[in-house]
Amino acid sequence: MTVMEYPRLGEKVFRRRLGNGLEVAVVSKPHYAKSYAMFAVRYGGMDLRFQLDGAWRDTPAGIAHYLEHKMFDTEEGNALQELARNGAVDNAFTSNAVTAYYVQCTEKFYENLRILLRFVSIPYFTQESVEKEQGIIAQEIRMVEDDPDWQVYRNLMACLYADSPIRIPVAGSVESIRQITPQTLYDCHKAFYTPANMVLVCVGDLDPERVAAEAEDILPRQSGPDVPRDYGQEEGQAPAEREAHLAMEVSMPMFLAGYKCRPQAGGEPLLRQSIIGDMACDVLFGESSPLYTRLYQEGVINSSLGGNFDMLPGAAYLYVGGETKEPRRVFEEITAQAKKLGEEGISEAFYQQVRRASYGGMIRSLNSFENIAVSMVDGRFRGYDSYRFPEVFETVTKADVEAFLREEVTAGHAAISLVEPLG
Amino acid sequence: MTRQMLMENVYFTYIPSEKFKTSLLSAQLAVPLRRETAAQNALLVNVLSRGTARCPDMAALNRELDMLYGAHLAPAVRKRGENQLAGFTATCIDDRFLPQGEQLLEQLTSLLGDMFCDPAVEGGRLVEAYVDSERANLADLIRSDINDKRAYANRRLVESMCAGEPFGVGRMGSLEDVERISREELDSHYRALLAQGRMELFYCGSAPEDRVKEALSATFARLPRQGKLEPGPTLRRPAPESVRVVEEEMDVTQGKLCVGYRTMSGDDYATMMMETMFGGFSSSKLFLNVREKLSLCYYASSVYQRQKGLIAVSSGVAFENYTRALEEIGAQLEALRRGEWEDWELQGARSSLLSGLRAIKDSAWALEDFVMGKAVAGSRETISELMEGISAVTGERIQEAAKAVKPDTIYFLKGKEVQA
Repeated sequence: MTVMEYPRLGEKVFRRRLGNGLEVAVVSKPHYAKSYAMFAVRYGGMDLRFQLDGAWRDTPAGIAHYLEHKMFDTEEGNALQELARNGAVDNAFTSNAVTAYYVQCTEKFYENLRILLRFVSIPYFTQESVEKEQGIIAQEIRMVEDDPDWQVYRNLMACLYADSPIRIPVAGSVESIRQITPQTLYDCHKAFYTPANMVLVCVGDLDPERVAAEAEDILPRQSGPDVPRDYGQEEGQAPAEREAHLAMEVSMPMFLAGYKCRPQAGGEPLLRQSIIGDMACDVLFGESSPLYTRLYQEGVINSSLGGNFDMLPGAAYLYVGGETKEPRRVFEEITAQAKKLGEEGISEAFYQQVRRASYGGMIRSLNSFENIAVSMVDGRFRGYDSYRFPEVFETVTKADVEAFLREEVTAGHAAISLVEPLG
Repeated sequence: MTRQMLMENVYFTYIPSEKFKTSLLSAQLAVPLRRETAAQNALLVNVLSRGTARCPDMAALNRELDMLYGAHLAPAVRKRGENQLAGFTATCIDDRFLPQGEQLLEQLTSLLGDMFCDPAVEGGRLVEAYVDSERANLADLIRSDINDKRAYANRRLVESMCAGEPFGVGRMGSLEDVERISREELDSHYRALLAQGRMELFYCGSAPEDRVKEALSATFARLPRQGKLEPGPTLRRPAPESVRVVEEEMDVTQGKLCVGYRTMSGDDYATMMMETMFGGFSSSKLFLNVREKLSLCYYASSVYQRQKGLIAVSSGVAFENYTRALEEIGAQLEALRRGEWEDWELQGARSSLLSGLRAIKDSAWALEDFVMGKAVAGSRETISELMEGISAVTGERIQEAAKAVKPDTIYFLKGKEVQA
């Protein structure tokens, strides 16, 4: 395997592209008792329309998430149980663009890795098991419907986007998942769960050659074709709707504001843009920003105020939200502050301060095996090396952050989603 | 790992490690959990977090932290058995990863000491505006508990089950108690607590012990020491003769069913194994039967409060499945009492517990929490001893432990228009 050293991060990564197209990365972590493996597919809640065997197919909302649940079924029973017997902790998640399965354990790593590789690559569905899952997922959907954080996000996406499948919740709805059959699941597995569309990241005190050998042994020799996907029409930066409301059992009003930004295709420019977007969040409403400290001292916001910059295929947005008695005022102040900083500039001293903190934050995130794996997966799927952030970080200037605030974080690109207490 | 007394009623635990990108410092006041003081302690650390004499407001304090490469310094309030931990945790990038070879430990340690010993004051007292604003924030935080229905239901179970016992007090006290606290009261509480409270200090990182000890001793030398308030024992109580049922209504689409059990068994390791098999890991009886086999719940799991001898089952169910889910939870406990399990269930639970214990050493936060938990419990039990204890548990002991577990309270959060 090729080894890359990152002395500034104190990290070492072994990589190889296998003959079947799968990229394997092993992040070396000497002296750790735990080992971690993440096996991820470039396939998520947004991938509803795609081309298979020459024809465009529309699949029911929630199918990627449903498939994730059903992959744990094996002909012998259930992979969860097999892993649990070895004391491994395992789980999976489906996001807008990625489905990922992961295992963490302190013993029998290679055995657990083989189980992981096998259950994710070999589908086994029956009519009975697919129907039974509907009850469980319907309960999961009901549970998230009671979650105000989920509602406020989902409504914001529906405001910001007119056509992008990001409008649709990853888990789908109780109605949409009823249309899912074993055959649709097999078709989607065949289309997306193919080695060239996947990545395996392992983190721990491991033998990289053995990791690659296990993957070569278990996975198919060849990949299927790359599947074209349709993410809807390219959208302008104006939101589809300006505002959404919902009344729920919450103690205080909650809001999430979003600013629709230009998407990036991929590669290192995407990593750079994501650093700029994160820094824009820090200077605009981070805990040490003048706006945050003022609103906090005035009692308008509490420590729940926060946000981030997200980049997805064909979509990018900066979001900020939290609990406050005056959601509209906070939203207006943030938008006004973005304009002010974009036009009048960020003070040099404050920029340098935020820059230091931001660098520290990136180093800090490497404490978590899960963060490491997720950033490696994103990097692979979007075409950059996530461990090159110190180098890319150095190229970002104050003017970049100002331009981002001026051009992207504007009233014209903004929408707000509100959740208010009942009654 | 070493543990030593640094000053009167001040203890310091040191764990050297080069595994992490950050070093972790923690300073916690460890005191008995009492209704009268729980809210005061929680409010106090939040007020102290607003500023020090040198960095008197949020902007100054955050500037300082940013310049230490995004160091974090945050108030923390925890409940461990019938004791409360209130203090600060602080992390900064380990010296090895600083671009210009800076050393941050001494600066961060000194800031940590200032938080307790040299807060922002006006007229010699805690700043009124900070007390007002943090009181309101803490009250909002307690109220916002209803936003997460699962956590809310779990809290209401423990409150109902342990009403009248210290364990029934929330980690941040109650809303009423928080709202009642005046600045004068908090200020005198601060002075008394600072002088009397047990202080537990912790460091995990790459700096040598002497350097950390010196930095901590320098900053905490000014800590007043008069009187002695130490963590107390956590008392277990038997379950009542008949099971209590508590129901509440809310506008929700999914019900939350929680069941609280108590045990007086002295065989802790067996109870830990039994609880893990019951609902404490991903192939537990509750998960496999109540969720997977019967599709009754989206989640069904349990936690064990070891010191208190309390097992709490938590599940999310459709309202109409309440009775069936409740019966099934009881049936799974009954199966454990009869020794009905397959060998892999026992081995899986054991591996899961052992794996969790081994992984503690891979996280500075987990180490800190383990050390603090042991400190308040007055226990010297090590991770290795726990692992040996778990390894030796037999099937007979698990059955006995399951027999000792008695139901105490059922809590059900249901929807508004549904008759359960």
